[in-house]
Amino acid sequence: MTNDLPGTKAPTLPMSGQFSTFFVGDLFFGVDVVHVQEVLRSQHMTSVPQAPDVIEGLINLRGQIVTAIDMRRRLLLPPPSADHLTSMNMVVRTADGAVSLLVDEIGDVLDMDPSTYEPPPDNLATGARDLIRGVYKLKDRLLLVLDEERTVDLTAGRTA
Amino acid sequence: MDDACAEDKEMIREFLIESDENLSRLDLDLVALEKSPLDVDLLGSIFRTIHTIKGACGFLAFSTLEGITHQAESLLSQLRDGKRDLTPEIVSLILETVDATRKVLASIETSGTEGSFEFEDLIHKLRVAAEATSEIKTRPALELHVADAANRSEAESQLDSNAALLRQDQQAEEDRRVAERRIRDRRDDETAQHSAAVDSNIRVGVELLDKLMDLVGELVLTRNQILQFNTDREDPALNATSQRLNLITTELQEGVMKTRMQPIGMVWNKLPRVVRDISVGLGKQIQLRMDGAETELDRTIIEAIKDPLMHLVRNCCDHGIESPAARTHAGKSPQGVLTLRAYHEGGQVNIEVGDDGAGINVARVKQKAIEKGLLRPEQVEKLGDREALSLIFEPGFSTAQSVTNISGRGVGMDVVKSHIEKIGGVVDLHSRLGEGTTVKIRIPLTLAIIPGLVIISGGERFVIPQVSLLELIRIEADSGGKHIEYVHGTPVYRRRGSLLPITYLNQVLGLKSADGAAALNMVVLQAEDRQFGLVVDGIYDTQEIVVKPLGKQLKGLTLYAGATIMGDGRVALILDVLGIGQRSGVFGELRESARVVDKHKAQSTMEQQRLLLFRSGSFERLAVPLSLVARLEEFSRSDIEHAGGGKVVQYRDRILPLVSLQAILEPGTPDQGLHADPVQVVVFNDGDISVGMVVDQILDVTEEAVTVRQRSGRKGLLGSAVIGNRVTDFLDLHLVLRESKESWSSSADEHTRGKTVLVADASAFSRGMIRGGLDMAGYSVLEAANLDEVIRKLECHTIDVVVTALELPPDGSTALVAALRSRPELAKIPILALVESFDQNQAAFAQTAGFQDCQEKFDGLLVLESVTRLVSPQTAVEATPECMSCAG
Repeated sequence: MTNDLPGTKAPTLPMSGQFSTFFVGDLFFGVDVVHVQEVLRSQHMTSVPQAPDVIEGLINLRGQIVTAIDMRRRLLLPPPSADHLTSMNMVVRTADGAVSLLVDEIGDVLDMDPSTYEPPPDNLATGARDLIRGVYKLKDRLLLVLDEERTVDLTAGRTA
Repeated sequence: MDDACAEDKEMIREFLIESDENLSRLDLDLVALEKSPLDVDLLGSIFRTIHTIKGACGFLAFSTLEGITHQAESLLSQLRDGKRDLTPEIVSLILETVDATRKVLASIETSGTEGSFEFEDLIHKLRVAAEATSEIKTRPALELHVADAANRSEAESQLDSNAALLRQDQQAEEDRRVAERRIRDRRDDETAQHSAAVDSNIRVGVELLDKLMDLVGELVLTRNQILQFNTDREDPALNATSQRLNLITTELQEGVMKTRMQPIGMVWNKLPRVVRDISVGLGKQIQLRMDGAETELDRTIIEAIKDPLMHLVRNCCDHGIESPAARTHAGKSPQGVLTLRAYHEGGQVNIEVGDDGAGINVARVKQKAIEKGLLRPEQVEKLGDREALSLIFEPGFSTAQSVTNISGRGVGMDVVKSHIEKIGGVVDLHSRLGEGTTVKIRIPLTLAIIPGLVIISGGERFVIPQVSLLELIRIEADSGGKHIEYVHGTPVYRRRGSLLPITYLNQVLGLKSADGAAALNMVVLQAEDRQFGLVVDGIYDTQEIVVKPLGKQLKGLTLYAGATIMGDGRVALILDVLGIGQRSGVFGELRESARVVDKHKAQSTMEQQRLLLFRSGSFERLAVPLSLVARLEEFSRSDIEHAGGGKVVQYRDRILPLVSLQAILEPGTPDQGLHADPVQVVVFNDGDISVGMVVDQILDVTEEAVTVRQRSGRKGLLGSAVIGNRVTDFLDLHLVLRESKESWSSSADEHTRGKTVLVADASAFSRGMIRGGLDMAGYSVLEAANLDEVIRKLECHTIDVVVTALELPPDGSTALVAALRSRPELAKIPILALVESFDQNQAAFAQTAGFQDCQEKFDGLLVLESVTRLVSPQTAVEATPECMSCAG
């Protein structure tokens, strides 16, 4: 886990250049559109007792049972303030099937200029560092490219 | 070009499918042929099969395969033409050819090439066999030769008869040819019919069928939703439509299920060959009988029972059926019979594998159980025959005298049992010494859609698979207090005279219970062969549910078997009954060895409790439940040694600390127990720790219905009761054990002795490193590799400190903190986090995550210091300077 530094992942960056964006806390994330299955409003959630705390529950996606991961907890961020409780489901396709990421807010689909790309900075917050492929420098802010495979692999990048 | 290539591929695929079918038939045909060597029909069929494969190989340019099949074909043609008699050697040779062909076909399937197998040896053997013309039909000449040496004149008459024989042979051959021609004609007719059958059959990929099954599952769910929707409104048109939808769905479900059904003969086809090979190898004569090969099962189940079935058959051949000599000696026919039966019964399929062999020697099973340390002699004595037989399913049990390469390596029946149980099946064993053994397997028809009971707990719905369900019990509020009782703090329920352990689903799942429930609902469940009661908040009804797998993120949770979608479109979790039982601890720690005995005890003692009575100091009659006692021992006084300031004896390769009961109950009085010779000791096991309690005298073991008459205010005693007409004091074993641990340990080193540290790290090496230092300092150390193990250990042992790696599987150590803090009884246990090396982020994280301290993993001294600090309660919860430093 520790020797697989996020910076070394840069060459495998998907080159579609289009990203579905979303917000978790103050962070602005993007997932390659190729990996995004759909975006849903908050769904009825069946909680899974004794499951790892990042798992918010299970949703029924047209007959398919999909695990929902709370991105705030996954990124070790504090819980949202009371006026920001509704979460959106960003359903991503991964090697292990569809997984829903619970995020605060959904943004636009953005075209990215590869020349603005950089590997993640070393001083990124602990929780987020391993889940981020890299950063695009926008004019007014930074877009963090989420590694969806590592995000749904709960054994990865939690701590060290 | 591409087209041609695709065409080739298609052709090869067809060839593979066809050859596979042909080879399966070949196995059967050959084994049958060995029994009736003159069956021209069979020989012809075998010849044609080989010929077909050879032809196709030539066409598709698979030269290795062509070479083998060509040689086999020439050998077979000699057989077919009657030029040679069939011998077991030839059959073996042809079977070997079949195996070789399979190998090459498998290689073609995976890699597209024939692979680099060398079959020179086989081809050579085949060629030699085919060319050995001198042996062909030399029987008369040989006899002549023998006769020649004996008597010339007799030889001449023999010659005459030989000539006649030869004529007969020729005649027979002529007949055979005629018969063959006739058969060939008939075959042509059959081929015509067969091609008609081909027209009405198509091959469908399994993938497509699975997909269809999934879709039908969806449809069943949607149907359930519509039906529920319908009950809410009064619309006749909707009502009629949904009824129709209901019917069609059910029919479609049945239809699609049928397409996935395969006859069990699919698996059985391989068995004649297996039985033949084994019987030849072991020099036994075994006849295989198969009843109900046409019985159909879902293909996933067929797949799942393949290996267990094979194992059972091997077992029967190897251990069940005796050698011909032994059979004759026992007055049985030298040929043993192995019977396979399959039939439908009550929505389930029964499969029986039986032999008429030696049966299972119960006495030997019992003896073996003692040898293997599964049970103690006194436990074994109490076992009935049936219970003893069920020991065979214990892991690591094998009664085979000799280990053979066929079976008997100690992995066997337990694996069979677990495989069958995994698919919701049940295994039953019947055996009579000298008459044979039969294993009966009952399995469900399908796995994809199962009936389940919907229950509610903590406001959530859960489904319990019907197969695990035994009964439902409702305990009314006014009698509730009376029905659930506590044995040593464990809730139990008296169910028809025997005690049923109980667990609360809300507790297992960590959910809040609805308060003030009027009545208790209990579901009696069975997992493996243990039963327990699960208290739930409410019971809904039974439903057909479609089992869906959980995502990878939840695979580690043994509590759930999957999930399903309910009528209202919401997801409900399916409980894994075995997992629930294990998690809640109703199966106990020593479950493997204790359970058979427990069952027996529950039956025989009914509502009584067995008590051990003993004397200590001024307490003339003390009692503890016998079930808590591990052993009674006598030690010679000279065996008692002093270690760490306490008294110990060497006992079963361990050091057993001794505590004097009198010293605990009546401190300061002269200790009589320790001055007696031999010293009387009652041994208790508490988790990994054994303690020997020294008493003055063991009095008796009684079986009495116990009602505690009077509670005791005295420390170390629970209360008093009248047992055997005399007042007896009940020892509070828990307190005594705790006291004893402390007293024994405090005299040694008050910081370490008796304190237990749990080391949690995924790496065994790291655990070993950490453990080494703690061991030497005198801590009892337990290890855990992941969160589940940590929780399990915490539930079974009293643990003073948890030392965990930050990256503890599956979800890091924060999950551990959360798990501990969510349980009041564990919330106070201090946790020490270990990091690979200090770094600001980690340190900050460790501090906020709720750890009491944080150290570098391989700094043994600091780890030890930190643990020592944490075990002494006054400093445990406060942040230490180190922790501050690692935050800074």
